[in-house]
Amino acid sequence: MSSPKAPSRRPPRPGHSTDRLQRLLALVPYVISRKVVGLAETATTFGISERELVDDLNLLWCVELRAPDPYCPIDLSYEGGEIVVSQAESMDRPLRLGVDEASALLVGLRMLAEVAHAAAEPGPADRSALSRTIAKLEAAAGEAAAPSAQVTIQVDQVAERAVLATVTDALGHGRRLHLSYYVPGRDEATERDVDPMRLLVVEGRTYLEGWCRRAEAVRLFRLDRVLGIDVLEVAAEVPADAKPVDVDQGLFRPSAGDLHVVIDLSVYGRWVAEYYPCENVTELGDGRLRVTLRTPDGGWVRRLALRLGENGRIVEPVDLAAAVRRDAAAALAQYSEVPDRGQPVAEG
Amino acid sequence: MSRRKTERLLGLVVCLLSSERYLTAAQIRDAVPGYPDSFDAFKRMFERDKEELRELGIPLETGANSAVEEEAGYRIPRQAYVLPEIRLEPDEAAVLALAARVWRQAELAGAAAGALLKLRAAGIDAEETMQPGIEPRLRAGEAAFGRLWEAVRDRRPVAFDYRAAGRSEAQRRHLEPWGVVNRHGRWYVAGHDSGREAVRVFRLSRVEGPVEFSGPAGSVTVPEGADVRETVRQWDAHPPPQRSAVLRVRRGAGHGIRRYASSEQPDSGGWDLVQAPFSDVGWFAEHIASFGTDVIALEPADLREAVMTQLKGALA
Repeated sequence: MSSPKAPSRRPPRPGHSTDRLQRLLALVPYVISRKVVGLAETATTFGISERELVDDLNLLWCVELRAPDPYCPIDLSYEGGEIVVSQAESMDRPLRLGVDEASALLVGLRMLAEVAHAAAEPGPADRSALSRTIAKLEAAAGEAAAPSAQVTIQVDQVAERAVLATVTDALGHGRRLHLSYYVPGRDEATERDVDPMRLLVVEGRTYLEGWCRRAEAVRLFRLDRVLGIDVLEVAAEVPADAKPVDVDQGLFRPSAGDLHVVIDLSVYGRWVAEYYPCENVTELGDGRLRVTLRTPDGGWVRRLALRLGENGRIVEPVDLAAAVRRDAAAALAQYSEVPDRGQPVAEG
Repeated sequence: MSRRKTERLLGLVVCLLSSERYLTAAQIRDAVPGYPDSFDAFKRMFERDKEELRELGIPLETGANSAVEEEAGYRIPRQAYVLPEIRLEPDEAAVLALAARVWRQAELAGAAAGALLKLRAAGIDAEETMQPGIEPRLRAGEAAFGRLWEAVRDRRPVAFDYRAAGRSEAQRRHLEPWGVVNRHGRWYVAGHDSGREAVRVFRLSRVEGPVEFSGPAGSVTVPEGADVRETVRQWDAHPPPQRSAVLRVRRGAGHGIRRYASSEQPDSGGWDLVQAPFSDVGWFAEHIASFGTDVIALEPADLREAVMTQLKGALA
């Protein structure tokens, strides 16, 4: 069963056979702590179908211990779609958090706290709620909380704090923003009005997601590329049908019209495979790589090839490879027109 | 797992959790349905079951009820089993649900979901009903993350093949890992490189092949005051700009250069003269070359040479 209300459920992991046992151990206290709870709601929370849930409940009800005297430790009912557990003995509380579980939540909370700390109040997530939650979770997790300190997530640079503060301010007050925004692919500084929707923090970069009134579409703006930002005295108006980016599908997805670019990289050009999402990466030996990239932006590829110089060679498309050679030749020709001034600038 | 096995394990947990006394293997076999009659077959199955419960984090204790009892028994102390009381305000439950989403596409997604389930079972309503103003995500990282996290968690030394930047061959490295760091979206591990006898930082994306444990759990000591985050920051940091370049930049272009310029003034023929600070000649020459005919390096001479070499490389 798929349900929009249970997005954080465990992804299917074939081979992890104890998943059901974990679920059963959580199910009893889940019901007990709520006294009575609906079948449908519970199935959604646990990410299973109602049929599977009923099967779980039957299994719990059937648990039997035979010695010293036979008895059934768990008694429950689910008549009329409502679950009630009337007897559960020692199973009335959930199992403590494991190290991985405590770490996953604590590292996530600390990452949020870092973003909240970088932005001025009112932050994108309440700073005091974060520190209270971290303290309570650390207390509940006990020893299991300690290893989480060995994982740290560091987000963006301090230089963008002013931009981040302005964006969260506009988000908080529902105001339109004016952005001066740098587009590296075209080497352009663009001006546009944006109605802010959300902040995204993905792969350590912070983005503003908003309705761009120039493009009349939802756009993402990397905060470290914002050249100037102003909150306007206008209320933000995000169209009702503006569709937020599905972060879990990846921020940038190739589209049908994209260029299909194949580049051969020397050992000094391998960083390309680390920095950009490549469709295909093949080792060519001696540390050389062949990568395939998809991009709508031929200008960006030309700049990348010029940056790589002898460490990257466009294999496909051939006309783009020819364009790079023309760019390089024209740029080089300018050096014979402008004489070398010959005077080194003093260091310091 | 078969239904019968689930029933057996569940019965085992309830049985051991309900008893204050240590129960012998024979007592357990009598109480919990589903074990085979043959004692040897039972023992083998029971050993596997104990292992599975421990893997789930269930504290299974071994001991004897008194000094005179010869056979060891088993129990699950309730105190060690249960999640302590935790109460969260609605705003706290909301940030907790948000924190679990950080891992949604990354390695600890299952652990985050499992934790949330236990907290919900403790009565917390961590529902994602609100529309958050922020969506934080970590990407499914490099293949090496899982093993390195386990090593850091369990304080175990590791060995792996690592291809440092600009190296054509990977080299075997031996590391006592102190911590993993995600900096600007990239994962690193830092620790004591026992081959180099020094603190080293490794990028997970440059680890090749499997990460192997090279020693027992608990054998790594993280020195007091070790700041892994700071170690990685220093390793990754660019040196501050110490030199200044004079560039000719076409008017209306070269914004990527102008962003960091220290001064700009009009020059002849639709060009501007721009002064820009830099530290590394090689990197800055590549950056200038990427602007093609829009930026010309005038000074210093070594930068100018480097840009020309770069362009010749693209021409070849």
